[in-house]
Amino acid sequence: MEIKNAIAGTLESGDILIQIAPASEAGLHIDLESTVAYQFGAQIKKVITETLTELGVDSADVKATDKGALDCTIRARVTAAAVRATGKDVWAD
Amino acid sequence: MFVPGNNPGMMQDAFIYGPDSIMLDLEDSVTMAEKDTARLLVHNALKTIDYGNTEMVVRINPLNTPYGKKDIEAVVKAGVHVIRMPKTETAEEVVEVEREIERVEKEIGCLGRTQIMAAIESTLGVVNAYAIATASKRMMGIALGAEDYSANLKTQRSPEGMELLLARQTIVVAARAAGIDALDTVYSNLNDMETFRKEVELIKQLGFDGKSIINPRQIEVVNEVFAPKEKEIQKSLTILAAIKEAEQRGSGVIAVNGKMVDRPVVIRAQRTIDLAIASGIINKEDI
Repeated sequence: MEIKNAIAGTLESGDILIQIAPASEAGLHIDLESTVAYQFGAQIKKVITETLTELGVDSADVKATDKGALDCTIRARVTAAAVRATGKDVWAD
Repeated sequence: MFVPGNNPGMMQDAFIYGPDSIMLDLEDSVTMAEKDTARLLVHNALKTIDYGNTEMVVRINPLNTPYGKKDIEAVVKAGVHVIRMPKTETAEEVVEVEREIERVEKEIGCLGRTQIMAAIESTLGVVNAYAIATASKRMMGIALGAEDYSANLKTQRSPEGMELLLARQTIVVAARAAGIDALDTVYSNLNDMETFRKEVELIKQLGFDGKSIINPRQIEVVNEVFAPKEKEIQKSLTILAAIKEAEQRGSGVIAVNGKMVDRPVVIRAQRTIDLAIASGIINKEDI
């Protein structure tokens, strides 16, 4: 799937900023920065990967800056960034 | 309580303060550039966060914008309790929203689940209040949006709220006639709690069922004003007990403390007890 640079989210407490770019090499590459990376880093990366895979994005460079977001917020921000990157909305027109 | 639909921190914490209802906003508090992201945040929050017994409402964008239909799809699929329509002026607008809700509900197999609340924010809306209130069996309430209404009226809000009196009374009368709730507008000055309290007392006296708020600090005042006093509760419990006993005896008319108790008195007593339960003053099991 062809993607372009896109961004969604904020750096406010409880949120996460997701930046998506075309993959420098095949596959999903997630660069995570989080104050809770030690405890929840693997879980955050899992949610990002699952969300992108469900949307058919299997190749991209993702930069995630987490400020303590819940899983539902991570899913929402990743979906929004992916929709902006691919131009394919998840809702009917 | 209004909560911006693009602020995940506020959305996840709002229920901690114990509002009766949380209204996640996709309309005025969200910029056009963030409508898509807010819609996804609200959808995922509704699907995931345990809001307990809190009634969950989402204010959508109007259907005549590029966002309204997608908002309905997103929140109905997430299981929202109530969709709040902004700036409602005619019954036809309610019917259009109902049609969209039905389309999505049919797709996911939950026909009839979603209720509608209409915000009346213009002179035309006030004139059509009863038609709006009765436009759909899904209607659960009508609410006043005073900022837009005041601007439409070519005036501005005053502390006394005289300019809103006709709209408020029209909305309460229309809601009562339709058998649905009447909800009052927000009061935005968080530094003037005295005027806020006076406004809550006024709208309670006018017959409103509740007040929209913008900050958890306002919850306590609304609960204090709306919660029935101990004396009222005891009197109401006596009346309800007496009417129950009379029914068991097969008698239709009763007197409590020498005063005849007729239907309006019983209805008022039941409402007092309902409010006491809702305010957490008494438990349903204790009655």
